[in-house]
Amino acid sequence: MLKKVFSYLLVIAVAMSGFTACSSNSTGGKNVIKIGVFEPLTGENGGGGFQEVLGIRYANELYKTININGTTYTIELDEVDNKSDKTEAVSAANKLISDGVVAVLGSYGSGVSIAAGEYFEEAEIPAVGCSCTNPQVTDGNDYYFRTCFLDPFQGTVMASYARNHGYTRVAVITQLGDDYSEGLGSFFVRACERMGIQVVDTEKFQTNEQDFRSILSNIKSSDPQFVFAPSSIVSAPLILEQARELGMTCQFGGGDTWENGTIIDNAHGAAEGMVLTTFYDDKSQATEEGEKFLNGFKSYLVKNNQKEIIPAVSALGYDAYLAVYKAIEAAQSLEGPAIRDALSKLVFTGVTGEIKFDANGDADKNSAYVKEVENGQFVFKEIVTI
Amino acid sequence: MQYFLEQCLIGISIGGAYALIAIGYTLVYGILRLINFAHGDIFMVAGYIMIFTTANFPIYISIPITIIATCILGVVIEKVAYKPLRTAPRMSIMISAIGVSYFLQNFATYLFTALPSNYPPIYFLKKQIHIGYLKTNMADILTPIITILLVLILIWILKHTKIGLSMRAVSRDYEAASLMGIKINNTISYTFAIGSILAAVGSILYFTNRASVFPYSGSMPGLKCFVAAVFGGIGSIPGALIGGFFIGLCETLIKAVGYSTFSDAFTFVILIIVLLLRPTGLFGEKIIDKV
Repeated sequence: MLKKVFSYLLVIAVAMSGFTACSSNSTGGKNVIKIGVFEPLTGENGGGGFQEVLGIRYANELYKTININGTTYTIELDEVDNKSDKTEAVSAANKLISDGVVAVLGSYGSGVSIAAGEYFEEAEIPAVGCSCTNPQVTDGNDYYFRTCFLDPFQGTVMASYARNHGYTRVAVITQLGDDYSEGLGSFFVRACERMGIQVVDTEKFQTNEQDFRSILSNIKSSDPQFVFAPSSIVSAPLILEQARELGMTCQFGGGDTWENGTIIDNAHGAAEGMVLTTFYDDKSQATEEGEKFLNGFKSYLVKNNQKEIIPAVSALGYDAYLAVYKAIEAAQSLEGPAIRDALSKLVFTGVTGEIKFDANGDADKNSAYVKEVENGQFVFKEIVTI
Repeated sequence: MQYFLEQCLIGISIGGAYALIAIGYTLVYGILRLINFAHGDIFMVAGYIMIFTTANFPIYISIPITIIATCILGVVIEKVAYKPLRTAPRMSIMISAIGVSYFLQNFATYLFTALPSNYPPIYFLKKQIHIGYLKTNMADILTPIITILLVLILIWILKHTKIGLSMRAVSRDYEAASLMGIKINNTISYTFAIGSILAAVGSILYFTNRASVFPYSGSMPGLKCFVAAVFGGIGSIPGALIGGFFIGLCETLIKAVGYSTFSDAFTFVILIIVLLLRPTGLFGEKIIDKV
């Protein structure tokens, strides 16, 4: 008996929630538009994804309302967790589509963006990636844009760094089945071959691997001067620390993901001297938007129990939100195709510099920031423009 | 040769930690016929407990606290998630175990975020040691020794104490044991307590060499140790020990040869082969169904 009553109640509750969901979208005095946030909050990239979300949330706080044809709309963020997993990513994307979002931001990690891209395209919802650097994200997808540079570029920058430092023997470590890591690794290898740098060893490791000593000993025996290991912030400190324990003295380098304070902490001093390429440097980059961002974001980070170092991905998240905001403003419409057209014509100066999208939907950026770790801090070294 | 020996040491060290976790699987399976999928995550939580206790206490206090807290966690999980299902079909209790596993992972993500946390360096275990021309650290040497020592103690408990006797009785015949006046619930709690203590020790040894903990760091070791337990014959303690060392060594040697791509695949291929050819594993008892 009790069970029956309970199940009826459940049915009614589900039905009610359906009604309320409909009503809040279409009617009512409030004019609300939803922007989807497609980011990993759990799983392998959960930590980095959260930092990107913080940038987006902060932008939403500053740019909360928008004027379209004389009506003021409030922008709400619809956050879904793609769990750093390609299968979960598709269902998360479908949830956003059925929620009726006007645009999508994200994701951290290229693999999930590639997996979800075609669904956004089919639903004619423009998506703006923040830090997904693999070329395939926007390739052949009219509705995907991004605010960061690409892996072929990043790989070339790292290779030219190696050449400028007189390295002739390099090794590469990548993560098996990870589009970001394997993509960036292979672009680095190609760039090295073009520049006449010898790649003496390439090793791969499994997702969630915690013991790198075997593959590191292999690399050690081939005696490289520089090891390029694009990987997640979970793997990086383990690689660095275990390498130092094995007595490897060569320099280590990584991609944009490595600009994260946790790597320095977790590597227990082994991160000293490592080099990385990134999108943003808060000191050498003075834009008007950047000032606005810098002023409030540090205290916003502290409020969210984060360190006071601004992660580059937060800045990109902020810029991605701004791009969508400005595009909707320019289009004066909430239709997907209209926003997409506005995005492709958009030119604005964000936190990470001037942003305009090329025919592919990629931000037209041709410079990267090279940073090294000195005394437990990321220290800006040079801007490499190619 | 030196290279080979170095790799063997690494393999044996990983194997020792695997063995400690695998024994947890085996013990619980022996008594409840339950594969406790949450075991790998208890191992991960032990890592987090260690991080927080060392932040407040010196190492020699925080290690016992970690072990005791993990032990309590294991018993509480049994009381909350498995005990109410004791009369339910075995499948329900297994699903409950999977649920606990996901709960622990997501709860840890909620509490500590998915960013990896810094595991405290235990200097005593980190000390570099040179044996001849071999370079290694204290943790690598101590792991197999502690593992074997704990297994000997465990076997002694099982053979010579009242708790051990009741554990053996319950694993033989559940109903007959309760008719003989053995308190089943207490016995099961002891089993979970012992399994969790071993997982806590394993976690200290394991994370000392891999100095960061994140919410998913228990899932892969958990799965591999399950394979180790099956390989050795689930329900058998010497089996779990040998299984753990075998998996650890094979994995390391495969990576050393340069086939790191296949190291995990190999572990699970072993699982399939064992299940096909010898489902009871190396030392598993033959199950005789009496009608």
